Amino acid sequence: MYERIREKLGILADAAKYDVSCSSSGSNRKNENRGLGDAEGTGICHTYTEDGRCVSLLKILLTNHCIFDCAFCVSRRSNDIKRAAFTVEEVVELTINFYRRNYIEGLFLSSGIFKNADYTMERLVRIVKKLRTEERFNGYIHLKTIPGASEELLKEAGMYADRMSINLEMPTETGLKILAPEKSHEEVKKPLGYIQQSITQFSDEKALIKSVPKFVPAGQSTQIVIGATPDTDKEIMHTANAFYKNFSLKRVYYSGYIPISNDSRLPVIGSQPPLIRENRLYQADWLMRFYGFNVQEIVNDAHPNLDVDVDPKLSWALRHLEHFPVDVNTADYRMILRVPGIGVSSALKIVQARKFGRLYKDHLKKIGISFNKARHFIRFADSPVQLNDFEAGHIKGIILSESHSKYQKNPYNQLSLF
Amino acid sequence: METFVFDGTLEGLLTAVFYCYQKKSGRVKIVSSAHFYPDVFQQHFEVVSEDDKARRVWAGLKTKLDKQWMLNFYKSFLSEQPPAFQHLVDFARYIIDNEPGAESNYGNPDVLAISQLSQKVHREKHRMEAFIRFQKTSDGIFYAHIEPDFNVLPLLIPHFKNRYADQKWIIYDLKRKYGLFYDLEKVDEIVFDFSEEMSPGLNALPAQLLDEKEELYTILWKDYFRNVNIPARRNMKLHIRHVPKRYWKYLSEKQSDAI
Repeated sequence: MYERIREKLGILADAAKYDVSCSSSGSNRKNENRGLGDAEGTGICHTYTEDGRCVSLLKILLTNHCIFDCAFCVSRRSNDIKRAAFTVEEVVELTINFYRRNYIEGLFLSSGIFKNADYTMERLVRIVKKLRTEERFNGYIHLKTIPGASEELLKEAGMYADRMSINLEMPTETGLKILAPEKSHEEVKKPLGYIQQSITQFSDEKALIKSVPKFVPAGQSTQIVIGATPDTDKEIMHTANAFYKNFSLKRVYYSGYIPISNDSRLPVIGSQPPLIRENRLYQADWLMRFYGFNVQEIVNDAHPNLDVDVDPKLSWALRHLEHFPVDVNTADYRMILRVPGIGVSSALKIVQARKFGRLYKDHLKKIGISFNKARHFIRFADSPVQLNDFEAGHIKGIILSESHSKYQKNPYNQLSLF
Repeated sequence: METFVFDGTLEGLLTAVFYCYQKKSGRVKIVSSAHFYPDVFQQHFEVVSEDDKARRVWAGLKTKLDKQWMLNFYKSFLSEQPPAFQHLVDFARYIIDNEPGAESNYGNPDVLAISQLSQKVHREKHRMEAFIRFQKTSDGIFYAHIEPDFNVLPLLIPHFKNRYADQKWIIYDLKRKYGLFYDLEKVDEIVFDFSEEMSPGLNALPAQLLDEKEELYTILWKDYFRNVNIPARRNMKLHIRHVPKRYWKYLSEKQSDAI
């Protein structure tokens, strides 16, 4: 018994770890029944793996048996691996006991597809329903949508889950067709659209009637695997942008492909996952969501891939020196946000602080901007007299020589595939 | 400059602010009695904590500051750092002497210091919410002990009370020698002597005090922690930045497998 449950957890946690979503925030499920748990407000990372990723949820598959054969997936039918499946009770017990010890914020439950989509989805729903109704569990639950599951089951799942997600897998339809002929982006859009529509419907009703139950309060997300297909960053970002716009997603996750199979369509086992590229995509994603950048400004036909050596905000600034220098004492918030080295909270502080008097270099440093980077792009009360005109290559050289990139030690060795 | 010596409590600090005004003092130097070394050449004023004087100052600050800033003030106090006391007194006087809104002047050194100190304390509170690992004892209480850099225990009450409404729990601060006990109704402060078998030197409670299934869940958690790691992405520098080594001793997943 002891050993069997350990083995199952080993297999089913290992298989689930490639899903990068770890968020446990954005819900509003209060502990109002004096039961267990509270999923209100910010999420908590309870620990971090040795690769530096947050562990906030018990992320497991219900089973790694799967009728599909997607080339990029460990659980694919043709892979010769050990198979296992949890019972409904086992998942419930693990979740509750981990939660009571403050190991986790809740459950991230996904599954291989066994028998058919509805059969699998029905079991996932049974677990979340038991957690919510019998165990009075108010912790966070992220439920993976099984492609092809019926609308009734999706709707029932949404009554118990905080977040639902379904993965796009590859950035483009063509890429996906090569690696997972049985899947398509169309099939992902259907449940995303259905759940989004239900979220809107529930929140409209909520405005009228207070007792309307919560429906997927933390919204939906998706994941794109990058570096497995030859898509450009432009294609990736434009796909993400379209999904943010059309399906009001809370997050798009970018997962650098880690080779797990000897398949001629994919990078060979042992090649480094494209970590810098992944990092740059997240930075670009942030620019779209929090910094008021339009996707076209970040990646476009003239600039289809993000720079490797500098972050996308700096890269944009170097391409658009005509907007700089920005005077921190007079410029509007929108423009201050665009200065490399100034983040959202520093920008807010600057706008507040300057009401009390002009800001000098010392103020800016203390407020916490990355001064060495920002100084090339700003004017402040005691700015030195500008003698030379700006020159992008020169600025970039200075910034790079002053920075200690975390990636400098491992050279960019993503393989070119095609 | 006058030197004020106070008893190290929040009441004492607020009383000191009151006296600054009553005595019409210029800038004063504030020191807690624990950090004060009398100097024969220097006069000092001994502040005796008084509830009603402290309350008047607190109420005065409340008319100028919103809830968040009042909390920032309290958090900075819980940092227990000697320079914090000076910043708190100077900040309080700056707020009282100026029109409402002065707290957003980040160009002022005390405003900036309070906003940064409270951020530090807040970060540690958040880390405790993350890194506390309860162990279930044989009498059904979930127990954890910690040694935070700052005195964050009072800040943890609402979080754990909301979250674990249906289980009894104890969180004990070994460094400050007091703890919190939730009995399913309310949270009380507790103090206890550690007996031999429950020495504070241990990271975990000894097996004979624990629920019979506790060992299983510790092992499963360690298994889980090991299995979700992706070796191809190993990045220990990042790992240590997120989970600083000084916290490892609380974390069951970072203990060796010698159970």
